[in-house]
Amino acid sequence: MSIEVSLAHDFGAFALDVRFGISRPGVTALFGPSGAGKTSIINAIAGTFRPKQGRIVIDGRPVFDSALSLWVSPSARRTGYVFQDARLFPHMTVRDNLLFGWRRARGRADAGEVARIVALLGLEHLQERMPRTLSGGEKSRVGLGRALLSAPDILLLDEPLAALDSQRRDEILPYLEKLRDEARLPMLYVSHALDEVARLAHQIVVLKNGRVTRQGSVFDVLSDLELPQFAGSAPLGAVIETKLGAPRGDGLSALDFDGGTLLVQELNRPEGTRLRVRIRAEEIMLALEEPRTISANNVLLMQVLGVRHDSATHADVQLELGRTRLVARITRASLERLKLTSGKPVFAIIKSVTVDTQMMPQLD
Amino acid sequence: MPEILTPAESEALLLSLRVSTVAVFAALPFAFAAAVLLARAQFFGKTIVDGLIHVPLVLPPVAVGFLLLTIFGTRAGPGAFLLAHFGIRFVFSWTGAALASAIITFPFQVRAIRLALEGADEGLNEAAETLGAPWWDRLVNITLPLAVPGIVAGIITAFAASLGEFGAIITFVANIPGQTRTLPLAIYTALQTPGGEAEAARLSVIAILLALIFMTLAEIFARRARPLA
Repeated sequence: MSIEVSLAHDFGAFALDVRFGISRPGVTALFGPSGAGKTSIINAIAGTFRPKQGRIVIDGRPVFDSALSLWVSPSARRTGYVFQDARLFPHMTVRDNLLFGWRRARGRADAGEVARIVALLGLEHLQERMPRTLSGGEKSRVGLGRALLSAPDILLLDEPLAALDSQRRDEILPYLEKLRDEARLPMLYVSHALDEVARLAHQIVVLKNGRVTRQGSVFDVLSDLELPQFAGSAPLGAVIETKLGAPRGDGLSALDFDGGTLLVQELNRPEGTRLRVRIRAEEIMLALEEPRTISANNVLLMQVLGVRHDSATHADVQLELGRTRLVARITRASLERLKLTSGKPVFAIIKSVTVDTQMMPQLD
Repeated sequence: MPEILTPAESEALLLSLRVSTVAVFAALPFAFAAAVLLARAQFFGKTIVDGLIHVPLVLPPVAVGFLLLTIFGTRAGPGAFLLAHFGIRFVFSWTGAALASAIITFPFQVRAIRLALEGADEGLNEAAETLGAPWWDRLVNITLPLAVPGIVAGIITAFAASLGEFGAIITFVANIPGQTRTLPLAIYTALQTPGGEAEAARLSVIAILLALIFMTLAEIFARRARPLA
């Protein structure tokens, strides 16, 4: 379950020069602004684009090596590609679309797999329909199912939600999450939408101008103060991993994380559910003394890990509690008044109602 | 239709249909191969091949007929060879009329098929490729089915054009009743005959009706080629 990618290609307007690896199943996001080279990278992995130089190894199997003039054709690479525009075959039923890759992957995918994936994606009742009669969200799901059923060694997703309106996106995201949690398959997810990445990814490879600028876990990268510099204008906000505590009966739920507990509005999920929470930097207030009478439910004593203040108007403060990191954005004036420096203890105040309710179960 | 047409006239009509059918379907595999070559392959001299295929469109049909006569005349050259070894004779025979029609209408077929192939979404081809389909698999299961309406439109257009072929046929295989006297040649013959105007008029109406029917069919298929893609 690994892939290694190193590529170099000169497009004239910009040059792609990247090197990264994925060593376990799960979602790796290729994140960066448009034109950073994200799609070219997955096209090179799928084999629909041939870079000038590089080497790609999927699951120990080299599929491209410019030094050895090795080039495996796309039809023999066993990559599942989910296209932004679905690209369903218009002259085939949904069923024939789904089975297109499966029939050509004889021996690698059993019949039980078809029923399982059809059920996973909720496609039972669409089988006999033609693609032109499907909604945008249904097309995406069929495209996803078709790629999965080709028994790929890796799943490549090229902004599968970008062509959908927000309602359709919310319809597809739960399927992607289920897929991430149930399919033991490395997934490379191209996106320029940070909220999708925060929800889905385990690892992030950040790209800018054709180069990898950061790589790491979603928790480390999204709490990195440098993120706006190396990813373009990405909204700052850390993601933390939590576990739902026992019911409290006061309209709040307790989410335990490494170092403390976060109180949020009550959630109807079983105790022990692992949840991922994103707290936007603008929604954290900082105080030097503990406020006693305050409406906010969360007052966390944290330690300042770093401060970034290259803007004239605001400053970003990285905070740590246990192994959990948060990022807060405050004004320059507040920074000077509080005299925040690395190592200084500070109270982070978070209102329960502002905690992003887009949460979901974690893998493992 | 004995009341409307004389035996000679219906003979000309049936001969025209037969010549055109054979011409179009015999040329189809070659037209398809040429279209695939022009649409998909990059090779040295492609422009020249493309030009040669389209030459019959702009050449006077009489010149094409004369050229065919030179090649397939039975006194010498390939024509003599074919007659001596295979007993095949094109001159003064309906098969020669079909050959002349096939060459004249070849560009129509190549063009229609090529457009259908080029109009096929490259993205779908790519998708099929990542799903494990090699090139021949994609050609048969993706490209061809999506190109079928375009191919049918090409066949019909070529058929209609073939029904009207005159110059190449009369030059290559002459004007023999029952053998090479197709509808246009019959109209011409009637006009050369004193008092034949009524016959020419009847045959012309038939020619017009046939042309209308086939062009309508071609339009229907050409239109159907679009919404799928």
